[in-house]
Amino acid sequence: MVRLIASLVGAAFVFVLGLALFGTVSDWITNPPPESAEHEFHREALDAGLPSNGVLGRFDRRQVQRGFQVFQEVCSACHSLKYVSFRDLRQIGYSEAEVKAIAKGWKIEQPSINAETGEASTRPNVPSDRFPSPFANEVAARAANNNALPPDLSLMAKARHNGANYIYSLVGHGYVNQPAELLRKFPGAKTPTGLHYNQYFANLNIAMPPPLTQDGQVTYSDGTRASVDQMAKDVSAFLTWTAEPNLEARHSAGFAAVIFILIFCFLAWGAYQNVWRDVKH
Amino acid sequence: MSFPWAKHYEPKQPLMRWLDEKLPVPRLVYNAVGAGYPVPRNLNYFWNFGVLAGAALSIQIITGIVLAMHYAANGGVAFGSIESIMRDVNAGWFLRYAHANGASMFLLVVYIHIGRGLYYGSYKAPREMVWLLGVVIFLLMMATAFMGYVLPWGQMSFWGAQVITGFFSAIPVVGETIRIWLLGGFAPDNAALNRFFSLHYLLPFVTAGVIILHIWALHIPGSGNPTGVDVKGEQDTVPFHPYYTAKDAVGLGVFLLVFALLLFFSPNLLGHPDNYVEANPLSTPAHIVPEWYFLPFYAILKSFTADFILPAKLWGVLAMFGSILLLFFLPWLDSSPIRSANFRPAYRKFLLILLLDLFVLGYVGGAEPRPWVILMGQIASAYYFAHFLIILPIVARTERPRPLPNSITEAVLAKHAGLGPHKSAMAS
Repeated sequence: MVRLIASLVGAAFVFVLGLALFGTVSDWITNPPPESAEHEFHREALDAGLPSNGVLGRFDRRQVQRGFQVFQEVCSACHSLKYVSFRDLRQIGYSEAEVKAIAKGWKIEQPSINAETGEASTRPNVPSDRFPSPFANEVAARAANNNALPPDLSLMAKARHNGANYIYSLVGHGYVNQPAELLRKFPGAKTPTGLHYNQYFANLNIAMPPPLTQDGQVTYSDGTRASVDQMAKDVSAFLTWTAEPNLEARHSAGFAAVIFILIFCFLAWGAYQNVWRDVKH
Repeated sequence: MSFPWAKHYEPKQPLMRWLDEKLPVPRLVYNAVGAGYPVPRNLNYFWNFGVLAGAALSIQIITGIVLAMHYAANGGVAFGSIESIMRDVNAGWFLRYAHANGASMFLLVVYIHIGRGLYYGSYKAPREMVWLLGVVIFLLMMATAFMGYVLPWGQMSFWGAQVITGFFSAIPVVGETIRIWLLGGFAPDNAALNRFFSLHYLLPFVTAGVIILHIWALHIPGSGNPTGVDVKGEQDTVPFHPYYTAKDAVGLGVFLLVFALLLFFSPNLLGHPDNYVEANPLSTPAHIVPEWYFLPFYAILKSFTADFILPAKLWGVLAMFGSILLLFFLPWLDSSPIRSANFRPAYRKFLLILLLDLFVLGYVGGAEPRPWVILMGQIASAYYFAHFLIILPIVARTERPRPLPNSITEAVLAKHAGLGPHKSAMAS
């Protein structure tokens, strides 16, 4: 009885799948899926070659500091970094005094209240503060950015596929003129006004204007030449750190854990051989 | 119960004798996973995976309890509380990555454990109850994993919850009402997040309880073995401890090695980048996909695209739940008395096709819905149901099994005499 019912249920599912399959095929023939511009012209991200990559990768502190400088002078005009605190900058090699100075000198102040009147006001940042958002709220951010919302950058390196390379490619090499071939093939896909063609952005048209426009846009204090490529790499390194500040601890712990487990495996294998030596199995 | 030759617990130490009189817990352990449990001597490494699943559950419970001390189940702050665990809690990144990847490791070893059961006929008499309880554990795990994935309150959490609870709205007439009742609102929100957290904390302990029943039911007939032949005498078995405790330690080492490589060097490999974007009910991700371990079932759901008497969506939901519920009937669908696929040439071939089929379904579940992907999914889904519901009962009746060895010991000795298990069976 169980087998009879089962075969009927099975036959029903297979029959309905057969119908669905027929529908898929006929739809495929009569109504083939349209080619899309993003399918053909979207490019895989270039390799930023960050030193934090790989099994034992570590941050290059000077590079991360340079990336912070790019963030401070360029990105932070529109993007927030709300999960990172000023005190975290100690981890990338700034001294306590430097962190205090950076917090105090940060252009956007921390929202607060006036201690006497209770009215909304602002105060200078201290190291324990998170990085303040450049806009008071989402409406203000959209109003200032042609109705686009600049996303928070704290986790950007993990919130996109192949994030670090994506950031590097997008800001360093993504802004090119829309290829003539694309417009010939997909006349309807012309980048709308207010958007910018970017070959690494998922749908090819990004609201963000090119942030890194010329070499030397930032003057690095360590003397590194600030080419667009270099700035893109550095900011990608910085955002890799903001997304995964414990990366180095994780790599070190992993190295020790793997050695420990290998020793455990070796001992367990020896115990196993010893226990079973007289039993054929 | 146990075999008559099982060793008996005889405490020599006065304290242990005293304890044995008052509360014989050491005796229970001795008989369950100690020297008092005789186990076939010929188990291969596939028999490690039950213990590994237990280890994985323990890791999940321990890391989960500590994470719950820092997590806040409120839609406004949940995402941020995960970030503060990752950044500010001591070793918080370790706990969270261990828990997230631990779920994948748990499902991975359980899938291998279930695969072992399918290959070696572990679901057959006299172990049907072990199998049935196993399917219950699997269902509990799926529910727990799903609700756990919602807790970080990222985009995939939110939209995954939206899609999965949407299944209930496929039920005719009352579906939408049930969905709203389950969620506590029209869409996933605080009420849903809070109850998911509560259940996510509860279900692992329910799972642990069913695991105790699972092991209890196993100990009545005793463990199966790769030949599928019953234990005939004392020479066929060895005591669980130290023989299988030693062997399980090797398996545990390899398990921990794979786990560590994933956790420390590629902790986001199996996750989805969108879950690092906070939940936003106003922005649908381009491509909603579940975690890897649900992809085959998701592919089955999506394969039903035709209305036939019932709407396509209801067919998909019925099929997806049916694809797991049919496992409850497996002991009666497969009437072959031969347990091990080593001696069932036709069943073995179909089982290999099923394995490939599941990988195809897994791919389809995660891929973009191009026409050829949908087509592949429909063929693979059809095979899945045909395999269990149509092919298996027929194969059980029609195939001619290879001759079985007379006993476990005979098979072991033949193997060591330089003959393979199949040849030895024919030679005897």
